[in-house]
Amino acid sequence: MQKGLAQPTIVWKLPAEDIDTLSALPKLAAKILVTVLIGGFLGATLVRLAPGFGVDEEELDARLSDRSIQALRETRANEPNLFVFYFRYLNRLAHGDLGTSRTLQRPVLQLIAERLPETLKSVALGLALGWSAGFLLAVAIVMSRAWLLDLVGSLLVGVLLCLPAAVLALLFVLAQAPARLLLGLVVFPKIFRYSRNLLARSSALPHVLTARAKGLGNMRVLVWHILPTAAPQLLALLGVTVSVAFTAAIPMEALCDIPGIGQLAWKAALGRDVALLVNLTMVVTLVTLVANSASDLMGRTFRTSEA
Amino acid sequence: MKWARTTAIVFLLAVSAACLLANVIAPASYAHQFREETNASPSRQHPLGTDDLGRDRFARVLYGTRVSLLLAPAAALLTSLLAAFVGGIAGFAGGRVERFVMAGTDLFLSLPWLFLLITVRALLPLNVSPIVSVLITFAMLGCLGWAGAARIICADARALAQSDFILLARASGSTGFRLLWRHLVPNLKPVLFAQFWISVPVFILTEANLGILGLGVAEPLPSWGSLLRELESFSTISGQAWQLVPLILFILVVSSFHLVLTKEELPV
Repeated sequence: MQKGLAQPTIVWKLPAEDIDTLSALPKLAAKILVTVLIGGFLGATLVRLAPGFGVDEEELDARLSDRSIQALRETRANEPNLFVFYFRYLNRLAHGDLGTSRTLQRPVLQLIAERLPETLKSVALGLALGWSAGFLLAVAIVMSRAWLLDLVGSLLVGVLLCLPAAVLALLFVLAQAPARLLLGLVVFPKIFRYSRNLLARSSALPHVLTARAKGLGNMRVLVWHILPTAAPQLLALLGVTVSVAFTAAIPMEALCDIPGIGQLAWKAALGRDVALLVNLTMVVTLVTLVANSASDLMGRTFRTSEA
Repeated sequence: MKWARTTAIVFLLAVSAACLLANVIAPASYAHQFREETNASPSRQHPLGTDDLGRDRFARVLYGTRVSLLLAPAAALLTSLLAAFVGGIAGFAGGRVERFVMAGTDLFLSLPWLFLLITVRALLPLNVSPIVSVLITFAMLGCLGWAGAARIICADARALAQSDFILLARASGSTGFRLLWRHLVPNLKPVLFAQFWISVPVFILTEANLGILGLGVAEPLPSWGSLLRELESFSTISGQAWQLVPLILFILVVSSFHLVLTKEELPV
């Protein structure tokens, strides 16, 4: 560095939209935490109020004596009321203890840690496939305005929207197709329909028509004029599709025998394993909320930078 | 697409009529077992053959469709009423009430309701009868599905509450419940109607998912979920194309419900 010249002061200054995004993060985290806590409480309330709460299949075991059945009931009657039940649960949660699964006789935390990566892998693959196929098809239809492609796409999507995820899973089992692709098929119609309508609406905006009239090419119109208008809403859809994929993971994993949390939830439901089910509901709520908030935040940042 | 809408309505009416007349049309009760004719092929006596317990598949399809076609709209009606109540009051009251109610609605929307549904469904008493199980399943669907519709109705109610005719009604002395019931609710009918039609296929699909997972309607009462579950054995008896009839009927009915709504009424 040359002597005599004032040393420039380096100031790391973030752009305004980044500061906005960063300042929104703690608020968002607090919102997620409160929602998960209230969601967990609602889940616990529903479970406690369910007509069959406290009834166990073990009571039907003819080998058990009256005293054994009474002892079983007493172990379940240990939680006197809902608030105490939930407070104790949260207290254990704060110490990293999610309880023990009654049916699988293993710590819930361990079960979730083992199986969550499998589900996340399926969800990520499904989202990648569904988004690529749905979005690309929508772009192709809107940009080419090919009515035949539109008709074929609409018919395919129409049929897929009428099939429950569980039926798709059964069909995948029958066809011996790779089960992880199934989530892509569940997400695809929603992405396609939403993005096609959104892109069609954006491509009819006056500034896009002007750009076309001025002779801009298809790709340029798409990238510079249509996508920026549609992007915030498309980003918001990202969070919704995460939730859709997690929901569809239950039948997919249960019927295609994939050891993820969907299959765990199904087994827990069949075995009336309340502790496991409430914990799984909270984990999925948390993942969904984080995904929704992230997509909201991305959309907001995009909108700010566009403005 | 008016012709498609008309065709869908006619088809739904025909299927509904056939299901309501199931007692007359069906060759046997849905639970009757023809023990010598298990897994039978279609015949004059059994138009769609029999299942692995010897029950007439045609009768089960008719009764199963009746269960879904009667109870899914009932659940959708419950959802629409709940959404109208919550969304209507929030939108009409505005301010803090609206913010509070909509925060609750957002919270409800963020819950993974299939997880909640299977949790509550799993906890039903062990000795519950099939009729009660089907009623509880659809009642749960109706109680859990209102949040999305409530947001839309709230937005519409808010817009209506600020409109001129409501101001005029207020000026002429209409207040509170009368204003809500006589002026707001009738104008919310189109959006409520659309939400109702959107909810019906959603509930049919959800019940089918639950049924296939073994968490839906209890046997021997048929529903679409239990009928579609038979597809599990399809590969072992390959070539029995009539086993696909419930699936085809299911697709046709659900797509008819989708076609009943006009493009403007559908969510984006």
